[in-house]
Amino acid sequence: MSAVIAREIDMAFGSNGLKTQVLFDVDLEVASGELTMLVGPSGCGKTTLLSILSGTLKPTGGEVEVMGNVITRMKDSEKVILRRRRIGFIFQQYNLLPALTAAENAAMALVADGMPLKVAAEKARVVLETLGMGPHADKLPRQLSGGQQQRVAIARAIVHEPDLVVCDEPTAALDAETGRQVMELLKDAAGGPGRAVLVVTHDNRIYRYADRIVAMEDGRIVGDSRLGTLPEGLHAH
Amino acid sequence: MRSVALKMLLGDSAKYLALVFGVAFATLLMSQQVSIFIGLMTRTANQVLDIREADIWVMDTRVRYVDEVEPMPDAALGRVRSVEGVEWAAPLYKGLAIFRTQDGLINQVSLVGIDDETLVGAPREWLAGDLEALRRPGGIVFDKEGASLIWPDADPLTKVGTEAEINDRRVVVTGIADASPPFITFPIAYVRYSEAMALTPPQRNKLSFVLVRAKDGQDAKALAERISAQTGLQALTWDSFAWRSVQYYLTRTGIPVNFGITVMLGFVVGAAVTAQTFYLFVIENLRQFGALKAIGATNGQITGMVLLQAAVVGLMGYGLGMGGAALFFTLVRGGAALEDFYLPWQVLVGTGVVVFLIILISVLGSLTKVFRVDPAIVFRG
Repeated sequence: MSAVIAREIDMAFGSNGLKTQVLFDVDLEVASGELTMLVGPSGCGKTTLLSILSGTLKPTGGEVEVMGNVITRMKDSEKVILRRRRIGFIFQQYNLLPALTAAENAAMALVADGMPLKVAAEKARVVLETLGMGPHADKLPRQLSGGQQQRVAIARAIVHEPDLVVCDEPTAALDAETGRQVMELLKDAAGGPGRAVLVVTHDNRIYRYADRIVAMEDGRIVGDSRLGTLPEGLHAH
Repeated sequence: MRSVALKMLLGDSAKYLALVFGVAFATLLMSQQVSIFIGLMTRTANQVLDIREADIWVMDTRVRYVDEVEPMPDAALGRVRSVEGVEWAAPLYKGLAIFRTQDGLINQVSLVGIDDETLVGAPREWLAGDLEALRRPGGIVFDKEGASLIWPDADPLTKVGTEAEINDRRVVVTGIADASPPFITFPIAYVRYSEAMALTPPQRNKLSFVLVRAKDGQDAKALAERISAQTGLQALTWDSFAWRSVQYYLTRTGIPVNFGITVMLGFVVGAAVTAQTFYLFVIENLRQFGALKAIGATNGQITGMVLLQAAVVGLMGYGLGMGGAALFFTLVRGGAALEDFYLPWQVLVGTGVVVFLIILISVLGSLTKVFRVDPAIVFRG
């Protein structure tokens, strides 16, 4: 089953005179139960595509379906609810709230959906335990290392058991060993039957964790391969 | 999301304190200056407000405020008494005199001569002595603050019995009363009207005011108009005369402008500090708000968070500022300079409205940024 289906996605930024086209007729399907990596050089449009597929950016053309919902035809308010309940986010810069503890940060998706912070934090604590962050659940982000902060971000992305987890360069700010640990956790905890994980990266050290790798260049998909084989021109570390 | 908003606000203690300080500063400055201004303006009318027995004040037509005296002939008293609807009419002398103590101290005093028979216009609250003190030959009664000005190093109450001179005539301090302080800070010296006539230099006319009580059921305003029409004098109800005195100082002096500038400065500085700090606080959290939006927080939820943060800052700042102003007036209550000054409830309400406006300005500037923040901002490194 496909978690995400994108058809003929076009995206351009700027006004008439200075319009920059960044995506050209992109077609993509992301299957549930798989970890799909979107790879390519900087500026090729992979983060823009991720933003569109997760419903945070509206494309200038084309159609996107997430878990059977055509988000390109949805109102903003409907997209917010879809994101809140069915999508988990992991960002390159973690984007944890500095005044909240690890457990409270991990609970944010539940809190946004109306659960009281205290109750949600208790639920998030259980998820943090599974990620080996139990002893750090009451620490503030500034008391955590980069790897630990990214684990909190993973907990925040999966605490509400979404159908789709999108990750933007999850290992970009981490050293090789921490990046490896984070990817293993991401593969184990975030992945699973019925859940799709879409990772944008240009870190070739983590390609081996992918079930499928989609390569992009200049706003177009130029390669697509599965289970350990890389698209032509790409090299694993 | 309320708990999250509060944690975000309180977690950044430096900014939180700067925000609260901005609002508190504006509140303190505005409420304190406006209250002092109201206190000062009230002082201009205190001598009218203190004489509660009189419904109407009658004076020469050229008089513009209570400290401006244009003497009338004594016959004016009889003419006022003859007007239909007057219950009683009593003379009042008001003028300046030189008070000289036996050890050579000289003070200019505001001499108030009150009706010998009724003692209308006498102080109501006595700290030493009583009304009989005024009936004694040569008896003079000072207000407490005035006595403190004459004898700054002594307890005014111990000065009862002190012999002195006014305009070279012997007087004896027979009482100390608690009177509302006047705008011009001369000691108030109460004597009987006949005593005032004897103490002041001879001149053709000496009657400063005629105090009138209307008969039961008489409309004071209508009676004042009737007195004016029949006597050719100026007759004003006590409240309109008090207000006229206040208006004189409002329109003829630079006091309102000076206080207005300070209050405006309080508003501008408070608004600038608060709006700028709040704006910066929101801008610095914009990425976090973007992340919340991406995760699934609605614009409404984030607006609620910003409003809650603003409300907390506003209430804390307002409370601290008002507390500071109240403390100020409590501390200065005993001194002569700001005696009787206080925080009127209208100032509390008015300052609250202004603080609300400051917070509103701050929030509006910040909210437009929050509304426009694209959740996709979090995907840009």
